[in-house]
Amino acid sequence: MTADPDIVLSAHDIVKTYGATHALKGVNFEIRRGKVTTLFGENGAGKSTLMKILSGVTVPTSGDIVLDGEKVVFSSTVDARDRGVSIIHQELSLAPNMSVRDNIFLGRELRGATGVDDAEEARQTAGLMRELEEDIDPLTLVEELRLGQQQIVEIARALSVNARILIMDEPTSALSASEVEVLFKVIRDLTSRGVSIVYISHHLEEALQITDYAVVLRDGAITATAEARDIDLQWIVQNMVGDHYDRGSPPTGYAFGDVALSVRDVCVEDKAKGALLVDHLSLDVRAGEIVCIYGLMGAGRTELLEAIAGRVPLASGAVRLHGSDLAGLSIAARIARGLVLVPEDRQRDGLVQTMSVGENLSLASISSFVRGMLTSRPRERALVESAIRNVHIKTAGGGAPIGSLSGGNQQKVVIGKMLATGPTAILLDEPSRGIDIGAKSEVFRLLGEKAAQGLAVVYSTSEVQECLSVAHRIVVMRKGRISATFGPDVSKEEIMAASGEAVTC
Amino acid sequence: MTETSLSAGPSGAPRARSTLHDIEIGRLLLEGRAFFALIVIVAVFSALSPYYFSLGNFLTMASHVAIYGILAIGMLLVILNGGIDLSVGSTLGLSGVIAGFLMQGVTIGGVILYPPVWVVAVLTCLLGGLVGLVNGVLVARFKVPAFVATLGVMYVARGVALLITNGLTYNNLGGRAALGNTGFNWLGFNHLFGVPIGVMVLAVVALVGNLALARTAFGRWLYASGGNERAAELAGVPVRRVQVSVYVLSGICAAAAGLILSSQLTSAGPTAGLSYELTAIAAVVVGGAALTGGRGTIRGTLLGAFVIGFLSDGLVIIGISSYWQTVFTGAVIVLAVLLNKVQYTRRPKRPAAA
Repeated sequence: MTADPDIVLSAHDIVKTYGATHALKGVNFEIRRGKVTTLFGENGAGKSTLMKILSGVTVPTSGDIVLDGEKVVFSSTVDARDRGVSIIHQELSLAPNMSVRDNIFLGRELRGATGVDDAEEARQTAGLMRELEEDIDPLTLVEELRLGQQQIVEIARALSVNARILIMDEPTSALSASEVEVLFKVIRDLTSRGVSIVYISHHLEEALQITDYAVVLRDGAITATAEARDIDLQWIVQNMVGDHYDRGSPPTGYAFGDVALSVRDVCVEDKAKGALLVDHLSLDVRAGEIVCIYGLMGAGRTELLEAIAGRVPLASGAVRLHGSDLAGLSIAARIARGLVLVPEDRQRDGLVQTMSVGENLSLASISSFVRGMLTSRPRERALVESAIRNVHIKTAGGGAPIGSLSGGNQQKVVIGKMLATGPTAILLDEPSRGIDIGAKSEVFRLLGEKAAQGLAVVYSTSEVQECLSVAHRIVVMRKGRISATFGPDVSKEEIMAASGEAVTC
Repeated sequence: MTETSLSAGPSGAPRARSTLHDIEIGRLLLEGRAFFALIVIVAVFSALSPYYFSLGNFLTMASHVAIYGILAIGMLLVILNGGIDLSVGSTLGLSGVIAGFLMQGVTIGGVILYPPVWVVAVLTCLLGGLVGLVNGVLVARFKVPAFVATLGVMYVARGVALLITNGLTYNNLGGRAALGNTGFNWLGFNHLFGVPIGVMVLAVVALVGNLALARTAFGRWLYASGGNERAAELAGVPVRRVQVSVYVLSGICAAAAGLILSSQLTSAGPTAGLSYELTAIAAVVVGGAALTGGRGTIRGTLLGAFVIGFLSDGLVIIGISSYWQTVFTGAVIVLAVLLNKVQYTRRPKRPAAA
């Protein structure tokens, strides 16, 4: 179709809808031979959906993919891989209990006369490792390798099937600075051999170092495309963030109360690695105040919030609620005292899929409607109905299955469940994750409402724009510490700089 | 669903309120499958044998079902939690042996004590609870997979039962009036209002269990922690305590079943209850519970126990070889699991509410 022989793969007018949500709204995208193309965009902009389509994980609702001038439809990831398109996911997909050799040939073992030809596999693996200039013995178990080396194994696996297009989703998020250097050397090496790379990263400056082309996605559409030499960080941030839609503003017209939640010198340890995920962090939140915690993946936001809620133990430090120490209290006891957490992953941690909307809403406050030994149905019904009204859930009723709700309404169920316990401080871990824009602004408006009634609110986010919504104070976390604190009038660039997003590691 | 709890058919988790907005025939058949299966079984065997459809036979079959039913209710609690209890058959055997042992008199400091029957029954149930506690602590505290923990306890309990009796059977359970320990036969042979005591016990266990599951905080905790343990924990549910409790309750149910069985047989053998745990699991599954936890009801499990019990007794009555009985029972279980899959994969696909 296209005349340009440099374009290996192109996507035309790709539309992808999930129910009523438009994940991609007519995207045109090109991958050039032997070049690195980086996709920039905030969470939920549609990057991963686009990558899933290009690598055959899902099929687009409409639109064409053209590979080497020929229209193709990838029926599966295996199909895409066989045509030369491989993807390396953020979470590596290696079997840690098996050797490097076995992982590289997993699912397409070389057959010899007497079963699997281990020797030939090992020889080819050694060859791949030489190409990548990595000194890894083919028989090493993957679990014994460092993360960076595991990444190299993933790349080797892609190369062993002659990948011409390699999609890398956040490849550096778990790597140390020196490992990133090795990875970049490998990428340059690959491109010089004609392999095309699609690169996705939140570390903007890092990505800018390696990329040849920059493509920016926002809300399911491509907002800008340019050659890397023509652009700078400012350009990327501007295009990523774009114009404002109303995410609300901090509620005003009242004075904050006393300090509701006080976090002092808190450390959380990663037992496996012995590293500190949260490093001597202190934070005070007053009644009626909304604090936003911004940070990249791995900055320690989730760990901090889970430690405050009692989900993970503190290595040191103290958490106080209205002056009383919460040390040693269970999650249930903390909820009873008025401290609740809305977890990040609502499917995994927030909802019980086998229960109805009403049962999910009342789960955290069962004791409030138990009379004697038995639950009181009228009281439960009253609680459920007031919760549905309180957080504006759109549902057929308390008896509806939880799966019948949209993502945004499911999130409101999780929030409503915790609000039904009558908390004085609420922690929300990425409350806007995976819900559409309308639901997002509703969630933030709700937080504003509750804060005005005296609730202390802490929410975390990885979308910089969401810091600038209802928060009175923005706290930026980086590597387990607070790297900066801002008022609501800060710019996005300042926040991103403090998070390490726009700074070379 | 709870409000219509006496209508036909097991369902998934009970709902807070009845939302019977979509009564379709197919759905009704699917959800009430154990009930319809029971009707079909009764109809077919009644046609095949003149002896099957009589009150006397139903009561006899029901007292067989009582054993499995009580075990199955305990098993249901464990399965709702997402676990499994393979030790109930052995616990049943061990409980019978302990009861038999106590009935023979206990020598303490040179004096032989003959505890009255109610003390024997209480002590036996305590022992069952203790075996369950071991299971529960292994699973909840030491994170041993339920399958493995209860498999180990299954062997240990059976071994202890064999050790106590040296492989023999206690035949003398009647007690003596002079010693004041008569009445052990009451559980197995007596009737209350014409209904065998064993069946009465089953009915009481089922009613209490149903109330506990549908209307107490414990019941809600159990459904929640079985459906999503992490979410339940974050909502303040004491998930460890719930987990230990279900194994203890399952052990107590097994002990009660052991008492009834040894009373029915007027003997307590160390090999009693061999492979009963599998029958109990089968009843729970036929009754529509999901082995992944969080879905299932007492009503369904009872129906499951009756389906399996009435089927195997019916096959005996019409004189089909016991080999075929095994084949039929197996086929029913597989069919039930297939139907569970249909039911539970259908659910989330219902159209979204406006």
